[in-house]
Amino acid sequence: MLGPVNEFHLAQVNVGRILAPLDSPQLAGFVAQLPEINALADQAPGFVWRMVDGGGADSTGLRPQDDDDLFLINCSVWESVEALQDYTYRSAHLKVLARRREWFERLADFHHAMWWIPAGHRPSVDEAMERIALIRKNGEGPGAFTFRAPHPPPAPVPPDTMIGSSPAT
Amino acid sequence: MLGDPVRRGLYRHVTGTPGEVGRDAAAEAAGISRSLAAFHLDKLVEAGLLEVCFRRLSGRSGPGAGRPSKMYRRAEGEHTVSVPPRSYDAVSRLLAEVVERAGLDGDLQAAARAAGESEGGAPDGEADPVEILRARGYEPFWDGDRLRLNNCPFHALADQFPALVCGMNLAGIEGLLAGLPDGQDWSAAMDPLPRGCCVSLAVAEDAQDAQDGTKEVTKEV
Repeated sequence: MLGPVNEFHLAQVNVGRILAPLDSPQLAGFVAQLPEINALADQAPGFVWRMVDGGGADSTGLRPQDDDDLFLINCSVWESVEALQDYTYRSAHLKVLARRREWFERLADFHHAMWWIPAGHRPSVDEAMERIALIRKNGEGPGAFTFRAPHPPPAPVPPDTMIGSSPAT
Repeated sequence: MLGDPVRRGLYRHVTGTPGEVGRDAAAEAAGISRSLAAFHLDKLVEAGLLEVCFRRLSGRSGPGAGRPSKMYRRAEGEHTVSVPPRSYDAVSRLLAEVVERAGLDGDLQAAARAAGESEGGAPDGEADPVEILRARGYEPFWDGDRLRLNNCPFHALADQFPALVCGMNLAGIEGLLAGLPDGQDWSAAMDPLPRGCCVSLAVAEDAQDAQDGTKEVTKEV
């Protein structure tokens, strides 16, 4: 990687309630695209980590909300807001996003939050759900924000260690 | 600025031509004198709608190659020109916000598909998808066997509501193809590059031969 490692990474969480069970015909189109879309994330520039269940392939086995079998969570860590944004909106991931209402319930409240974490940290399900609770309670802020109004990382890195300003070692 | 028909004609000619356009070519296309064309072209530059670059048309350089010609092309900036003043952008943002909150992606896509089909199936309408997309401002260009679209006509709105607007856009283009006589030879897919439209198109292989003739790049004289 070029330049020194960021002190902070961007964590993101998405929650959603699917319209039918994962093994139903209605969700087949979504489930079929998961391996491709997850592989795309794993190879995307700026990707750091994504939450997986016991199966290890994706996070569809996690049940973050009581015993609601239709409530799914998606959580990942990125080097920057831009890296996540490019993957979300400027890759083949967009084709899944454009069909979200075929598979997921409309959620009236916030279902997405981003926040900064120390590089190396891996958010837990509880921690991610707390960020959803935070943005629902207080609206967008430094502790939980969206693409509409991204916040910068907490502590500014000294200018001479900014990414891109020093040659690769 | 574009209320003047001569100016509007000149602007359309310059923006509809790949690369840059010189004064002579613009004057000829508009059917006016070179000096009148130059006057109006420079007015469009002053207004920020066009920009200027200088280039030698002869292709030669050095002494004796002649003075570089003043060339015009569309300015990079985004302008909304409306006579009389209208503000559709504010309305479209509000509508998009409401559609997004209501989760009406599917209804929007169905409406876009139907609108595209009806445009594609219009009697006496243009039948070539490339020309229709060009007329809609997509700026199509061939990238190998894929037709890519250099411009997103819904850029500001797509930026704010990507899932909603890009989904609508793909459905509209799919509808257009479905409505066209030879549209079944084409397919459209979500295929975003860092810039431009999120959709690219391809011609089915058995229909490729017929299309190859249209792929020749327009060469400037």
